[in-house]
Amino acid sequence: MSEQIATRDAYGKTLLELGRENERIVVLDADLSGSTKTAGFAKEFPARFFNAGIAEANMVGMAAGLSAGGMIPFASTFAVFAAGRAFEQIRQSVAYPKMNVKIVATHGGITVGEDGGSHQSVEDLAIMRALPNMTVLCPADGPETAAAIRAAAACQGPIYIRLGRSKVPTIFPAAATFAIGRGVTLRDGTDLTFMATGLMTARALAAAEILAAENISARVLHFASLKPFDSVLALQAARETKAVVTAEEHSVIGGLGGVVCETLAESCPVPVERVGLRDLFGQSGTGDELLLHYGLTAAHLVEAAERVMQRK
Amino acid sequence: MIDDALLRTLEEQARSLRVEILKMLNTSGSGHTGGSLSAIDVLTALYFQRLRHDPTNPAWPERDRFVLSKGHAAPALYACLAAAGYFPREDLQTLRRLGSHLQGHPDMNKTPGVDVCTGSLGQGISQAVGLALANRLAGRNSRTYVLLGDGEMQEGQVWEAALAAAHYRLDNLCAIVDQNGLQIDGNVADVMNIAPLGPKFLAFNWHVVEVDGHDFAALMQAFDAAEQTAGQPTMIVARTVKGKGVPFFEHKASYHGVTPSDDELERALEHLGHA
Repeated sequence: MSEQIATRDAYGKTLLELGRENERIVVLDADLSGSTKTAGFAKEFPARFFNAGIAEANMVGMAAGLSAGGMIPFASTFAVFAAGRAFEQIRQSVAYPKMNVKIVATHGGITVGEDGGSHQSVEDLAIMRALPNMTVLCPADGPETAAAIRAAAACQGPIYIRLGRSKVPTIFPAAATFAIGRGVTLRDGTDLTFMATGLMTARALAAAEILAAENISARVLHFASLKPFDSVLALQAARETKAVVTAEEHSVIGGLGGVVCETLAESCPVPVERVGLRDLFGQSGTGDELLLHYGLTAAHLVEAAERVMQRK
Repeated sequence: MIDDALLRTLEEQARSLRVEILKMLNTSGSGHTGGSLSAIDVLTALYFQRLRHDPTNPAWPERDRFVLSKGHAAPALYACLAAAGYFPREDLQTLRRLGSHLQGHPDMNKTPGVDVCTGSLGQGISQAVGLALANRLAGRNSRTYVLLGDGEMQEGQVWEAALAAAHYRLDNLCAIVDQNGLQIDGNVADVMNIAPLGPKFLAFNWHVVEVDGHDFAALMQAFDAAEQTAGQPTMIVARTVKGKGVPFFEHKASYHGVTPSDDELERALEHLGHA
């Protein structure tokens, strides 16, 4: 197995580097700096770190004001509290005015684990995708997260980046590059295409390996950028393989499964199976137990691939 | 203290801005009359006496910032911006029309001189706190002013921001609450009482000044006191009259979101000495 690193750890490390490079980088948190990994930045740059306390609405508003004052704010909390509790602040104070605010939400998805369904965001990508002006990213691993954070800092405008709590296998090289709006082909294939995001991309690669042993050739595309979405890459794969399985640690409503179906339905309708939370909240358990319970493993992706092949 | 000449100038300015507000609201047929008229004296004091700003250079980095947290008083803000020279007066007649840069609520990306987008209550004060932090970080001497409604005080976010402003000792921040006592559904005291406002902010560690929000001398004194206060943000509780300046609009919640009819406009302008 490759090196395991949590995307939130890569975020914390990259923030520190950015802080050293650019004095306009400021960081906000809402009493979760140890968990979101902004604590390292807070320690090295106390004057540029603002702990809002347990007050996410005000944190987002302050981030917007700091942006209006010329700073580049990164605001972090758990995904449920960012996209959920502070939704309207993100809408009115960040997305509507196109503020240069980066919302970096950690603890996305069910692999939050033991804290249970109250803390497991399964709808944040859908909520954020629906906002005009908002860019939505969900990187797969440590190196890609580092590159995505750098890309976000370099790009003007509001961005929502979803990261995870748990350690995930490294897929991308240490010097990964990141282009907002681009998908990546990780494995070529002709019989079907896995389109995955976040930690499900590693599982899609594992599923493709299993299918190869059965002489089924699965393409694997990774979409860290849910919005803007690389419809060119997705449509090409749909045309060439004529069957698609989407995979995300999120509700099948409104996230990657949503954007893929919306895109294909308009230009290249082919059979699609969506793997994700089937309109359910999570519950307590270990991350791995929950991925198994809700059907988000490589074995489940193999089953979905077999189903979609039947529908070709 | 301000001298009589300046006092008369500000009063005349406010009178003509009231005329502009009523005219634009009559033309638009929708918008917020009562809260624009209660706030216009505070805005007049800010835009024509207090704020360091340059209408020929709206993006001047050293400018003072103004945030209209009660964004529904946009007509009052637009009247000030036009009179200050940010855009032509004729534009005021396009308020709320398709394609106009004068949106129903302030839009920083459309209207010259508007620093942040507001309209959803409670959010402007957080942005003002962020602006004040940015000014301090950047070493700018700029001050940030934010005007809130008293009904707006019911938003929990206001109190989150109030904690933060005091926590960060933002003496470059001055908030004003336009305490006209009315909100859409009736008296603020009846809908959800927020009194006593001054003591609440004192308890939140703010410097608090209570004034008559239609008294320019008192307002200027309050702004001076705010600027001289170190280590604390200032809250100016400005007692105002909703619909101020037009007797048949005054103290009426029913004129919160209602515009003057042609007949009402005529009578209002007569009253304001604008034949």
